[in-house]
Amino acid sequence: MGVYLLRRLFQSVLVMLAMSVIVFVGVFAIGDPVEILISPDADQMERERAIKALGLDLPLWMQYLSFLGNALRGDLGRSFVFNEPALKLILERMPATLELAFGAMFIALLIGLPLGLYAGLKPNSTGAKAVMAGSILGFSLPTFWVGLMLIMVFAVQLGWLPSTGRGTTVEILGMRWSFLSWDGLRHIAMPALNLALFKISLVIRLTRAGVRETMLMDYVKFARAKGLSPARVTYVHVFKNILIPVVTVVGLELGSTIAFSVVTESVFAWPGMGKLIIDSINVLDRPVIVAYLMIIVLMFITINLLVDLAYSALDPRVRLENK
Amino acid sequence: MSTTTANPAPAAAKAPRVETPFRRFVSEFCESKLALGGLIVFAFIALIAILAPLLAPQNPYDLAQLDIMDGRLPPGSEAGAGFTYWLGTDDQGRDMLSGIMYGLRISLMVGAGSAIIACAVGVTLGLVAAYGGGRTDTLIMRLVDLQLSFPSILAALMILAFLGKGIMNVVLALVIVEWAYYARTIRGTALVERRREYIEAAHCLALPTHRVIFRHLLPNCLPPLIVVATMQVARAIALEATLSYLGLGVPITEPSLGLLISNGYEYMLSGKYWISFYPGIALLVTIVSINLVGDQLRDVLNPRLKK
Amino acid sequence: MAQTISATAGAPTLEVRNLQTHFFTRAGVVKAVDGVSFTVGRGKVLGLVGESGSGKTVTGFSILGLVDAPGRIVGGEILFHGQNLAKLKEEEMRRLRGNRIAMIFQDPMMTLNPVLRVDTQMIETVLAHEKVSKETARQRARDTLGMVGIPSPDERLKSYPHQFSGGMRQRVAIAIALLHRPELIVADEPTTALDVTIQAQILAEVQKLCSQTGTAMIWVTHDLSVVAGLADDIAVMYAGRVVERGAVAEVLDKPLHPYTAGLIGSVPSRNKRGEPLRQIPGMTPSLLSLPPGCAFRTRCPRAAEACLQEPPLGEILPGRETRCFRPYLPAGEAAA
Repeated sequence: MGVYLLRRLFQSVLVMLAMSVIVFVGVFAIGDPVEILISPDADQMERERAIKALGLDLPLWMQYLSFLGNALRGDLGRSFVFNEPALKLILERMPATLELAFGAMFIALLIGLPLGLYAGLKPNSTGAKAVMAGSILGFSLPTFWVGLMLIMVFAVQLGWLPSTGRGTTVEILGMRWSFLSWDGLRHIAMPALNLALFKISLVIRLTRAGVRETMLMDYVKFARAKGLSPARVTYVHVFKNILIPVVTVVGLELGSTIAFSVVTESVFAWPGMGKLIIDSINVLDRPVIVAYLMIIVLMFITINLLVDLAYSALDPRVRLENK
Repeated sequence: MSTTTANPAPAAAKAPRVETPFRRFVSEFCESKLALGGLIVFAFIALIAILAPLLAPQNPYDLAQLDIMDGRLPPGSEAGAGFTYWLGTDDQGRDMLSGIMYGLRISLMVGAGSAIIACAVGVTLGLVAAYGGGRTDTLIMRLVDLQLSFPSILAALMILAFLGKGIMNVVLALVIVEWAYYARTIRGTALVERRREYIEAAHCLALPTHRVIFRHLLPNCLPPLIVVATMQVARAIALEATLSYLGLGVPITEPSLGLLISNGYEYMLSGKYWISFYPGIALLVTIVSINLVGDQLRDVLNPRLKK
Repeated sequence: MAQTISATAGAPTLEVRNLQTHFFTRAGVVKAVDGVSFTVGRGKVLGLVGESGSGKTVTGFSILGLVDAPGRIVGGEILFHGQNLAKLKEEEMRRLRGNRIAMIFQDPMMTLNPVLRVDTQMIETVLAHEKVSKETARQRARDTLGMVGIPSPDERLKSYPHQFSGGMRQRVAIAIALLHRPELIVADEPTTALDVTIQAQILAEVQKLCSQTGTAMIWVTHDLSVVAGLADDIAVMYAGRVVERGAVAEVLDKPLHPYTAGLIGSVPSRNKRGEPLRQIPGMTPSLLSLPPGCAFRTRCPRAAEACLQEPPLGEILPGRETRCFRPYLPAGEAAA
């Protein structure tokens, strides 16, 4: 296990380095670095001083090394708009995004697993066919439009739920969370459901395919031959087997959920880092863009690593191979 | 099952119709009424998009034709120019129906255009990986893995953040997001197909490699490719709409569906739903119809599901 | 169990009468089992023999009520101590399964759930039928594992199936089948996937256990040599029907049905060295389109006009039944 962990960590560092090169080349080489790093309002004197100070007269590889060195010290530049360190801006908004993403994953499992199980156990029933048709819809509907429709129905027409913001938050561990207050829950309900929509379809399909495949396995028939109750066969023998691939995929999807929260946050004016990045792209606040990309890549790599570890913890066969 | 050269099918005893693989494919496809409906709807949408300049009551991109005084009129209002705004107008006084027709044009063009380019890039790289093997294969497939592990929206955001807004940049972003799906698909199929006898036979005839690849191998790799391409067009359309909604896509003067929806957002809260609602419906119907077709294609073209 | 012992010694544990299990597929009705009859007595082993696709496995599943859609039992009776299992409700059937009737499957690599520990899979079987504490159930599981020859059962209980070899897994499966000391075990080719030496060990142990506990057993197999060594009676199946049944020694020695004769002739060891191997010409017919009359007619060396009619299963000699108009009678031409 130790060797395995080390090897995976090493791979992760390599990917991180590769991504930093891509972001560096993308932002610093393709675009005009002067425009990117220096506020457009700066005058000529300021510009030249900044070019010197930023080392933009140095060869590219040296610039990359200094970028990397700064990044390692947690310095990813200052936002032009907020005049604050970009990293700090992003970290401040991260809890809101994480809360939204986890909420969405929770909803996706809560709705997707039972529906997928039902569709897999009774594949020819009308209900199952409706569920599957619904899942095509879930894949097809553009997230932002569904978000707008949710607002139109639940906020504008019915007036049940607020359309924007986080609502009342409760502070724990120095971070503010919405899900701990009733008002906060009312605020997070719609955005989380909106973000979950695509994942619900995914979970339904995965679960259904898994159930149908597992039901054909000899060990399910053997479990029935042992005289186990249908509930035990379904919820222990079938369910535990499909849970492994579903949990793996859902875990891996956490990264993409965080990425796609960009859209949902824009629709519901949810003050997370996704909203920040869109605003930053629109006003060309490039240090924030760079910081966001680096942070999200880091999150991605961490999530992949954690999912790998969780997977080996869940599946006894994988666990053995790694010993 | 996937030969493109029409097999001389065993002479059908009763029916004069000879069952070619293509005919069988058509009849199997039509088994799903839903998919057939999807195909018809999509054909209709494509026709509207192509003929938009002839059908639309107004050119929504010609600012001279827009009357700001007609802004935000509800559906069914009369226009000063003598026609009816069946779906209302947006804040610029743009006829929504015309806007949607032209918007569909952009959406379909971006979707199909990016799909074609991504397909060309992906197929080439996938075939190179499958035929080159060794390091080339490893390098290309690592790139594919990296690309696929990255959510499409993030990759697109990154590219637009580097290159700036604009329709060509959107297409480029979509190509970079999508090529990996084609490459993975074609490589997988090609690796299986190249071990088949007919490829061996073609090699034994000492045909030049490019001829073997493009005339013999590629046609037999088409079925899974068609499925991926269909799904990717739908994805591309959705992604373009999303990017335009976020304000990163097409220019404001020539709105696509996503931008039309985005423009209507602020008015929706005051009950003027039509500015966002109808373009959304058009987008939805387009994507769902393509996905229905794609879903059925996957079932029909997947030999593993054959009973 | 008390009621097991009180069962009258004379009555058979299981009597199957003209069982019919059909599968209603899109392509047509597949008559997987279409006229199967046999009896198994207490402590006896019945060898159910046939080629793959002859319906032996479906027969086994029918007895346990495990036939899945689109298949279902459409006719005949499965009398277990006189009670017709084909008419039982699912819940009543469930209470019998794994309790008084157990089944062992063909492939030990596939029968144990890969993500559940062996103890979980054994204890749940005990608890499905008896209200005992988990500790008692574990005790029972451990004892049964010991009984089937698994060393250090305490340790093994905490393992996952993939940590066992194929032979060990099949022993675990057998132990699970034996947990409730069933009156009937249906064993579906349980040794086919195993090495020959392991197969011999398991056969010997199963035989011992059956005679000790008085368990009746149906041993489904295509391997005549296994049947010869293990079974008391034999029922030969062809295309969903029993074509011959009787005591194992007599049937193997003097087969009545041409198919049985062909099957015996195909066993390599029965041929003399240097002689070409015997074989049954042709292929097993598709169950979707069986020829009318005797299903074996097209491959039969003795087929005649009469065989265009469906032959009944009849007692031709004392204790010997066959489904054939022109059987090899001992007085006539010698069998093979």
